[in-house]
Amino acid sequence: MYNFNYHRPSTLRQANGLVGKVEDNKLLGGGQTLLPTMKQRLASPAALIDLSAIPELSGIEQKGRNLVIGATTTHAEVASSDLVKAAIPGFAALAGGIGDPHVRHKGTIGGSIANNDPAADYPAACLALGATIVTNKRRIAAGDFFTGMFSTALDEGEIITKVIVPTGAKFAYTKFRNPASRYAMVGVAVAKKGAKVAVAVTGAGSDGVFRWADAEAALGKRFNPKALDGVKTPDAKDLNGDIHASADYRSHLIGVMTRRAVTAASGK
Amino acid sequence: MAGTGIGARVERKEDFRFITGKGNYTDDINREGQTHAFFLRSPHAHATIKSIDTSKAAAMPGVVGILTGADIEKDKVGGLICGWMIHNKDGSPMRAGAHPALAQGKVRYVGDHVAVVIAETLAEAKDAAEAIVVDYGKLAPVVDLATATKKGNPVIHDAAPDNQVYDWHLGDKAATEAAFKKAKHITKIDLVNNRLIPNAMEPRAAVGDYNAGEEAFTLYTTSQNPHVARLVLSAFIGIAPEHKLRVIAPDVGGGFGSKIFIYAEETVCVWAAKKVGRPVKWVADRTEEFLSIAHGRDHATHAEMAMDENGKILGLRVKTRANLGAYLSTFSSSVPTYLYAPLLSGQYNIPAIYAEVEAVYTNTAPVDAYRGAGRPEATFVIERIVEVAARELGMDPAAFRRKNFIKAFPHQTPVIMCYDVGDYDASLKKAMEIHDVKGFAKRKRESAKAGKLRGLGYSAYIEACGIAPSAAVGSLGAGVGLWESAEVRVNPVGTVEVLTGSHSHGQGHETTFAQLVAGRLGIPIENVSIVHGDTDKVQMGMGTYGSRSGAVGMSAIVKALDKVEAKAKKVASFVLEASEADIDFKDGKFSVKGTDKSVDFASVALQAYIAHKFTGEQLEPGLKEGAFYDPTNFTFPSGVHIAEIEIDPQTGVTTVAKWTAVDDFGVIINPMIVEGQVHGGIAQGIGQAMLEGAFYDAGGQLLTASYMDYAMPRADDLPSFRVDHTTTPCPSNPLGIKGCGEAGAIASPAAMINAITDALGHETIAMPATPQAVWRAAQASLAKAAE
Ligand SMILES: Cc1cc2nc3c(=O)[nH]c(=O)nc-3n(C[C@H](O)[C@H](O)[C@H](O)COP(=O)(O)OP(=O)(O)OC[C@H]3O[C@@H](n4cnc5c(N)ncnc54)[C@H](O)[C@@H]3O)c2cc1C
Repeated sequence: MYNFNYHRPSTLRQANGLVGKVEDNKLLGGGQTLLPTMKQRLASPAALIDLSAIPELSGIEQKGRNLVIGATTTHAEVASSDLVKAAIPGFAALAGGIGDPHVRHKGTIGGSIANNDPAADYPAACLALGATIVTNKRRIAAGDFFTGMFSTALDEGEIITKVIVPTGAKFAYTKFRNPASRYAMVGVAVAKKGAKVAVAVTGAGSDGVFRWADAEAALGKRFNPKALDGVKTPDAKDLNGDIHASADYRSHLIGVMTRRAVTAASGK
Repeated sequence: MAGTGIGARVERKEDFRFITGKGNYTDDINREGQTHAFFLRSPHAHATIKSIDTSKAAAMPGVVGILTGADIEKDKVGGLICGWMIHNKDGSPMRAGAHPALAQGKVRYVGDHVAVVIAETLAEAKDAAEAIVVDYGKLAPVVDLATATKKGNPVIHDAAPDNQVYDWHLGDKAATEAAFKKAKHITKIDLVNNRLIPNAMEPRAAVGDYNAGEEAFTLYTTSQNPHVARLVLSAFIGIAPEHKLRVIAPDVGGGFGSKIFIYAEETVCVWAAKKVGRPVKWVADRTEEFLSIAHGRDHATHAEMAMDENGKILGLRVKTRANLGAYLSTFSSSVPTYLYAPLLSGQYNIPAIYAEVEAVYTNTAPVDAYRGAGRPEATFVIERIVEVAARELGMDPAAFRRKNFIKAFPHQTPVIMCYDVGDYDASLKKAMEIHDVKGFAKRKRESAKAGKLRGLGYSAYIEACGIAPSAAVGSLGAGVGLWESAEVRVNPVGTVEVLTGSHSHGQGHETTFAQLVAGRLGIPIENVSIVHGDTDKVQMGMGTYGSRSGAVGMSAIVKALDKVEAKAKKVASFVLEASEADIDFKDGKFSVKGTDKSVDFASVALQAYIAHKFTGEQLEPGLKEGAFYDPTNFTFPSGVHIAEIEIDPQTGVTTVAKWTAVDDFGVIINPMIVEGQVHGGIAQGIGQAMLEGAFYDAGGQLLTASYMDYAMPRADDLPSFRVDHTTTPCPSNPLGIKGCGEAGAIASPAAMINAITDALGHETIAMPATPQAVWRAAQASLAKAAE
């Protein structure tokens, strides 16, 4: 790690001010991604702006038909929230399956989404559920937010303040863990609201999280794993291959994990 | 068993300090004026070093010194050694290249040591390291084991022009050829024993200190054998004569063999301490460990077994290529030879065996002993080929094994070893009962109903522990003897300190050794402390590896206790005013035969020191005895492990459903600790079979250099193990101990792969059998079934 300056604003206004003023700064959420990168000297911001002491960025509320989750809410808080467990149990389960207890008690939903790791869990759920990412400047639909691996629609100095997650869908997330890191090697989020079905896939795409349109069409007609028989799984050439899983194996797993998500979302 | 003697489940005395953060590890040691070392490592697998420019770095804040290979040369610091000479088939010695502690003119693997920066803080050392300019001349790397010796390959060491370290063999070639000529059936297999990276909880660390007033060095280091480290650093590397070099291995958080070896970093720290005139500390981070700790295994083997018409084994021939990496680590040469091929007979009566081993250099991290060292590799070969043979012959794998078991002891195998005692049938029978092998067919049907494939696999392993008779290992090329030492110091109040040349880094010696002493002397276990790991306290010792501390280390203590008892009887005879021959010692009391006169151990100890009851002419005062124990044979732990697994054919995920281990470790000192050793060993073996594997890309970059990519077994990868024992006491040591530290890791990979292939009806699956690999094999076997 190189030396850096450390700021810890206690209001969003202060944070906004610092972001514009402090040279070469980076926002710090739970630090579970950023700090290891800095320790390995792969990132070297001149300053960190720690968001963890800003009360208005944290917490979970039910507002009408939505869950509103503050950006610095930790994975452990989401996993154990009665509100989340009642409204979207699969979302709470997803948070409870991220990393290990240490990571879950430090890592935040805002940090995870801003980082958009191609193997992260939250992006798939946000995409499938049609979440809205709220920043200090605007509201961004999840579909427009995740723009490629490790890249998002966020501008320089833009702070995620909360994530709005619509409730009322049948939802499940199934994760095939990488045997070493336990990130998603393939993770599939399936949401069904009325006749509309969304299928979002993480861990597999060579350019990050993506929607699987063919599966959505088939499941829209009939929300049953059997509906996927005969539907070709995503082309291996668009998928990741590494020492843990080749692209064709990932393609196959997308089919399996999607079927299992459909079964789970159906509550069977 | 109640109490604290041999056989009791005594809680580990050392755990209180470990789990309350009171341990004293090398990283906890901080010396006055200490500096911090950071090693600049090679980013290339194979390159010449044209020049190193340290001028800019040397001027950076906090830098105390920068040392390179040129300084090593100037100071005539000797190279790291390989302590076991192997001879080629033609009798010529192995081809060993030089192994300087800091690279001289060439780097040979990613992570090789180019320079060390010593600074006030670690961050300053790292900053300066970034400013060192190294001009490399990149060379093509040799990474692949199979093609390492191909003509025209780049040469890694001039001393080994075809990258071949040795071409060695063992056994009777002609007799084996003859056996194969008679065969009715021949089974052939090809297999790879995957390269593993040891991951002790505590990474390596070293603190070098130099006292200019006394011209004496102290090295604190994460070592399994501090005396051997001192010997090598003195006699070969030339740091200082032994009486001017103290090596301390304090609490060490796991080793698994990887901390036996004498490494570049600790060598540099102790040498540099004098050069910079200040203590030098280095602590590896995890990625440095992945890159530069000695790796394990990495064999490719072709094996053939010949059988007669009744399924009796007639002969075995084995051809193995072993990857030793870029340099020969301390004991590397012995692992694929004398720690491997002599175990190829397994538990079986095989009249003829011939093994050939070709060891090669590659541009990868050095490979050396890792939990089991050679025996897991041998067990994997023999237990796989026996399983495949049984299946090919349509015989039940357990029945096939039983048919070929050695039943009479002692048994001389065709490959050096003379098995002293064992009862292989007994452990197989007991394991099958405990496991409920009979119920397997039903469980398999239930799995099938749920769309799962279930399989069962055996591993009937044998290993050689307690290494070993010094003369025997000397005749095979070892540079050292493998005895052990002990000293029992009885204090005037009757408490006891035991100094041992063994080293505990997870084994629990502070408990088990104390159990032996307390039981023998009839004193409370709290009154015994075990001292180890400091060359200034313990005079000499060979350290801990090869499951030898019980069989050899405790035997040395027994010898010393014999002497203590004999001396104490003399003292007691004066105290009790009886003839020495009439003194009995039992349950901590000396008594006079046929009388009720007695005195307890503590009183005798006091009398030995106050020396009022005898004159100096009659008896020397004091009660302290030492002993060296050299074993007369290896010990041969054996047993049967049964793995039962379930595969989800849709994903390839394998779940270990059930695991039974029945081991024969001879006499057991502390069943709880032994079970812990077995659990840990099985976890490592399952890790090797399903999860762990070190992978380099074609350019020699390590792809598995962190836990993001190197899959260590976790608790939820493992079932609850059922661990039980049979016992045939070892005849070659006074306690009847065989050793238990490595058995789990030796037995389990073969059991796992036998179970997986049983489930799949498909014999080729490489370790680690990851979900991807199992899924592919499942597809292949489903396709075959559909044909
Ligand atoms: C051992 C381990 C295992 C893990 N396993 C998983 C897993 O299984 N699944 C998974 O999904 N993740 C996993 N993670 C990642 C974890 O979820 C992280 O918490 C997450 O990726 C980043 O969140 P953070 O709060 O720690 O962000 P930080 O590390 O603090 O920041 C990450 C990035 O986001 C930016 N950022 C942070 N907050 C905001 C904000 N409010 N607005 C804008 N930008 C912001 C930062 O500037 C930085 O660029 C794992 C991490 C570790 C260390």
